[in-house]
Amino acid sequence: MVDINKLKEMANQLRIDTVESVYLAKSGHIGGALSAAEFITVLYFYKMRLNPEDPNWPDRDRFILSKGHSAPVLYAALARRGFFSIDELKRLRQVDSHLQGAPNPKTPGVDMSAGPLGQGLSAAVGMALAAKTSKKDYKVYCMMGDGEIQEGQIWEAAMTAAKYKLNNLIGILDHNKVQMSGTNDELMPMGDVSEKFRSFGWKIYKIDGHSIEEIIKTLDEITSDDSLEQPAMIISETVKGKGVSFMEGKAAWHGAVPSEEQYNQAMEELKGGKI
Amino acid sequence: MIANRVAFGNTVNEMAATNDKIVVVDSDCINVLNYGNFAKNYPERFYECGIAEQNMVSIAAGLASCGMIPFVASFAVFTSMRALDQVRNMVCYNNYNVKVIGTHAGIETGFDGATHQAIEDIAIMRAIPNIRVLAPSTPIMTSKLTKIMTETYGPFYMRFGREPNRELYDENEEFYIGGSKTLREGNQLTIVACGRMVDLAVQAADELAQEQINVRVIDMYSIKPMDEETIMKAAKETGLILTIEDHNVIGGLGGAVSEFTAEKCPCKVVKMGLNDEFARSGSMNDLFNKYGFTKENIIRKVKELVNG
Repeated sequence: MVDINKLKEMANQLRIDTVESVYLAKSGHIGGALSAAEFITVLYFYKMRLNPEDPNWPDRDRFILSKGHSAPVLYAALARRGFFSIDELKRLRQVDSHLQGAPNPKTPGVDMSAGPLGQGLSAAVGMALAAKTSKKDYKVYCMMGDGEIQEGQIWEAAMTAAKYKLNNLIGILDHNKVQMSGTNDELMPMGDVSEKFRSFGWKIYKIDGHSIEEIIKTLDEITSDDSLEQPAMIISETVKGKGVSFMEGKAAWHGAVPSEEQYNQAMEELKGGKI
Repeated sequence: MIANRVAFGNTVNEMAATNDKIVVVDSDCINVLNYGNFAKNYPERFYECGIAEQNMVSIAAGLASCGMIPFVASFAVFTSMRALDQVRNMVCYNNYNVKVIGTHAGIETGFDGATHQAIEDIAIMRAIPNIRVLAPSTPIMTSKLTKIMTETYGPFYMRFGREPNRELYDENEEFYIGGSKTLREGNQLTIVACGRMVDLAVQAADELAQEQINVRVIDMYSIKPMDEETIMKAAKETGLILTIEDHNVIGGLGGAVSEFTAEKCPCKVVKMGLNDEFARSGSMNDLFNKYGFTKENIIRKVKELVNG
């Protein structure tokens, strides 16, 4: 039986870890990390086949955080899942830490580097092809940002995944609608992203990305669907900066570092479970 | 006579029979790289991306992260420039076992014109950490280096041209990463060349020898790492080095030799190549004549340097 409340608590813990690590580093991206907290929680604490004792286990499920700047929430999940010490989170972006500004496989549990946007989905296609060719049954998950899909390479990868019927590849669009300099609509209106991916040959699921229950239900449905002959894309509707009232929906919190006062307020909200 | 790119495609197909980790990620270059047999023999290991080089390179990174040995090949302008971000940030940064191939390198690409002539690829690739850079001169060498880089873990960039190449080596010749071949001995000047320019350098050296001008010719097929010992010996023994490459004179083979000699064994290094300009459309021979990639021009330059 899945303990939904425990997963909700973990998502909140990942938010606390994210804000704290960025605050201590005085550098990092909070907004898009907070919007992804529930999804990453479900992946690392419910769904993915992993072994923290053997991070490079060949049969493990893979996860690519293609929106690599959201690394703090991934690092929090990996540390809380036992891939490395929780204390390491306090050394985010520091010269003697393996926790780089964007993910890198030198960090135990990280499957692929990211940072330059638009490349992760292609790498996920490569991993999914490798599974098919070597007859392995692991799944590949790739989370993208909604600003990131303005990169043309995403659509090159989308074509390839559909061509090769990669039903072992699950894309996740963290649809928080805000990017570095403003909203998606202000910078580059993408129209109906569901229809775009659908027209490229993907099966589309649209969910509330802050609902643990919906995420679990959708992922279980996809991975148990034996008739699926195409890649799946979950449009995960989220709020940038989710969980900290003054950060929610604000482009300014894409890459800003909280002041001491803001940090204290954020901690109070997160630890008080107000949101 | 076959082109190096044909020898490459044949070798990948041949190796795949005994190495099931070898995979090809293609971007509509199946005939250009002579991948036809591989695609026919190993369809489950041949992935066609269409005209999407960036996607091709990142897919290769994903495959490599799962233990495969991917080959990614296209025109050198595209693997080294269109997909540079992907080569740097996904392949080299992670030190993945991806073999990146640039065919149709240099102005020998000819008729397609400057947009398709890679004259910066050696300089670009050489500047990226982790990757090694090879520029074979002949089909036998291409085949052997393809095998060696497949057996050697890590990212490689191999560049070669479009047209058929005269063979300068026999089947028993040995090559290695960081090696070179001294094809002619001489003490008045050393020519360090790579790719097709090696053939021209040998022809020039043979003609010069008839006039008692003794020129050493080094085939510097491994540009990074480079055979520094052989360069140092040449600098000390001949005191004059002429580098020749089908590439811009900035940052390529001549750049690599100059950087090394300036620090370790100062001697005069003169660089022959494309003189920091874009070339034009034309046949290989017409372009080589126009930009000075000829036996006659090498002879003239050597005489000028030796007598000067």
